[in-house]
Amino acid sequence: MSCTTSLQPTRRLLLCSAAAFFFVGTTLARARTLAGSLPWEAGTATPPVAVRPGPWMFFTADEAAVVEAAVDRLIPPDNRGPGGKDTGCAVFIDRQLAGPYGRAEGLYTRPPFMPGAATQGYQLPDSPAARYRTGLRALAEYIKGNFAGKSFRDLAPGDQDTVLKGLESGSIVLKDVKSAEFFALLLANTQEGFFADPIYGGNRDMASWRLIGFPGARYDYRDWVDRHNEPYPLPPVSIMGRSDWTVKD
Amino acid sequence: MARKLPAKDVVIIGLGWTGAILAYELAKTGLNVVAIERGPWRDTATDFPPAYAQDELRYAVRLDLFLRPEQQTLTFRNNASQTALPIRSFSGFLPGNGVGGAGIHWNGQTWRFLPTDFQLRSHLEGRYGKAALPADMTIQDWPVTYDELEPYYDRFEKLCGTSGKAGNIRGQKQAGGNPFEGWRSSEYPTPPLKQGLGATLFAEAARKTGHSPFPQPASNLSEAYVNPLGVKLGQCTYCGFCERFGCGNYAKASPQTCVLPALLRFPNFSAQTESEVTKINLDSTGKRATGVTYVDTSGQEWEQPADIVLMCAFSFFNVQLMLLSGIGKPYDPQTGQGVVGRNYAYQTTSSVSVILKDKILNPFIATGAHGMIIDDYNGDNFDHTGLGFVGGGYMGFGQTGARPIQTRPVPKGTPKWGAEWKKATAETYQRACSLATHASSYSYKDCYLDLDPTYKDRFGRPLLRMTFDFHDNELKMSAYLTDRLAEIAKAMDPVELVASPRKGPYDSTIYQTTHNTGGTVMGADPATSVLNRYCQSWDVHNVFVPGGASVFPQNHGYNPTDTVGALAYWAADAIRNRYLKNPGPLV
Repeated sequence: MSCTTSLQPTRRLLLCSAAAFFFVGTTLARARTLAGSLPWEAGTATPPVAVRPGPWMFFTADEAAVVEAAVDRLIPPDNRGPGGKDTGCAVFIDRQLAGPYGRAEGLYTRPPFMPGAATQGYQLPDSPAARYRTGLRALAEYIKGNFAGKSFRDLAPGDQDTVLKGLESGSIVLKDVKSAEFFALLLANTQEGFFADPIYGGNRDMASWRLIGFPGARYDYRDWVDRHNEPYPLPPVSIMGRSDWTVKD
Repeated sequence: MARKLPAKDVVIIGLGWTGAILAYELAKTGLNVVAIERGPWRDTATDFPPAYAQDELRYAVRLDLFLRPEQQTLTFRNNASQTALPIRSFSGFLPGNGVGGAGIHWNGQTWRFLPTDFQLRSHLEGRYGKAALPADMTIQDWPVTYDELEPYYDRFEKLCGTSGKAGNIRGQKQAGGNPFEGWRSSEYPTPPLKQGLGATLFAEAARKTGHSPFPQPASNLSEAYVNPLGVKLGQCTYCGFCERFGCGNYAKASPQTCVLPALLRFPNFSAQTESEVTKINLDSTGKRATGVTYVDTSGQEWEQPADIVLMCAFSFFNVQLMLLSGIGKPYDPQTGQGVVGRNYAYQTTSSVSVILKDKILNPFIATGAHGMIIDDYNGDNFDHTGLGFVGGGYMGFGQTGARPIQTRPVPKGTPKWGAEWKKATAETYQRACSLATHASSYSYKDCYLDLDPTYKDRFGRPLLRMTFDFHDNELKMSAYLTDRLAEIAKAMDPVELVASPRKGPYDSTIYQTTHNTGGTVMGADPATSVLNRYCQSWDVHNVFVPGGASVFPQNHGYNPTDTVGALAYWAADAIRNRYLKNPGPLV
């Protein structure tokens, strides 16, 4: 046992470790040795990058048209506020699929892939992006074959709802795609886009937060926690702030 | 080929709560300490500042702060007749990642176990007879008593600045606190948090039905506080972003807010991040560890020699590393022999959701651990005679915020999408709340952890395999507790009430808790435990698992962190006061 009681400096070890890691380079996350003080450095925070309007980054024009039509049935516009399309749910899904989520980044994707019990979770190799590509293709084929060569976006809203219900229940069988699983993914992503911070491209003008009365990223309710049964008075705010906070030229 | 580093006195595997506490306590004595952490460095200002910490998609849904399954995961099956398959994305439980570990994303619920929990088997057999316990239930007494741990609970709560109201100070009952709790040597460091309308209505209903509600002990602080290490914490703002989030206000206790600023000042401490320990190395006798081997992000292997090895990873990964390093005898569920991986347990939760009439609950005004709770049905606080089960849990209002991607209650029968769904969502959000039970999960012969025969991690090592399902005892208990909670909920005069007792099989895709316990159990008998009462390996005396939830012999009806923190201080004292003077088996 050599439990030395002197405060031996570890600086030599530190330098030697640092040198070893100097040439690592390519990955963002790198092994580091920390000692002496909290390692704060300017510019090392990782704020979210705001989605910008513009061309589709993942969807083809045809795919985007189908998704825009679908999200507007899943969350229809009404007198309470805009629906899935105008709040940007399709844009949200597009940007998510073009990014790390779409690529299943960080997940365990090693083989073998074997079917299991429902309690064991998703066991297929396909990433969310791949599932959309094959799901939308199979849906287009189904609509074409069953609705006289049409596309989902050309159907009447009632027919669109019928198709969505058929996917949800699994009664519509798609080629090589489990329709109920594809529908569940589409619905989950649509609702994520509707309720997430607008910085990700959906929930435009914080429409969903105004719909339910969620104040968003307010962060300090100390003066309201014990004001029971009183509506919170301030409008919602995003991580980006509010448009009326921005100085207009 | 591993490159050898200069020797240290102590190497710590994982820099979460237990790693940070042990590092501080041992660095304070002058020992040279290095902590090796699989994930990145994390701090408030750079990783979850108030400018963007309240991002539900990033943190709660895409799980930005959590362990990525590509780094490490485990396989799961409900029983030995199934083939275990890998958990490809975490959802049922969420291990932490990086400096701070799960101490960053926890809710701050800070509970002590009951005194009788520590003598579970002998207490239950004494009161109800041996026949009352199922034959395959493998619960056992802890090797420490509540009285022995009390000073260490007190230390951890003072480290955190926990907010609450004592119910029992040195045997004297205190009005407004938990009348069932074990004795406390002092009042909570800070007063209870303020309560919203939902919690207040639950408390009124609980009182009306003859129960004893009290504020949940919370390490989200009701006021600013300076802890004994000289670190200052801020006041909680009830922002509603605790669970799955880091706190941007320095108001939730975590290794970041409570320990690291003081720890990093020790010149004899350093932390090595983004580096994963792949093995604990043993000498030729197999009875002494010589240090650890780890791999950095470049793929370079390093050997870090050390006199003491402290396993401070999340519970699963302590078990995995012990099995991979050949420390202790692996558990065999057929024979019941062996100990490493034995007595894996979890938590048994359930809910009662209520929709009230004409109320404005402002459910987004919340903290991870405020709320009003009753403890009348926890542990053996109630007579189990004739009930057909043992165990119990706390219950009450503990809604941790109503972030809308994940919390959007609607009346039953509402479609999942479309016009009706939208209308119901808008009309229900402000007047719905969820009540919960949080109950014990006792250990069984067929619930265990071992190495998977098929699936490997990124270093080619076998993944850990979990075999777990709920047993009848727990499902009966959940039905009973959920019925009691529904009775109280009825007294809140809801327009709708849906009681959802826990049902089997255990589903790894539905989030319940991250209270995964057991596998490196502490005990009095080496035949049924991996560690002795000082959290020291029976087999390799310079290896300790100082307090992680993997040391629990079974799980009780409370969140684990307070007990984890108390055991960390308990083990630190044993190492400092006993082991350093005379290195060898302490028992």
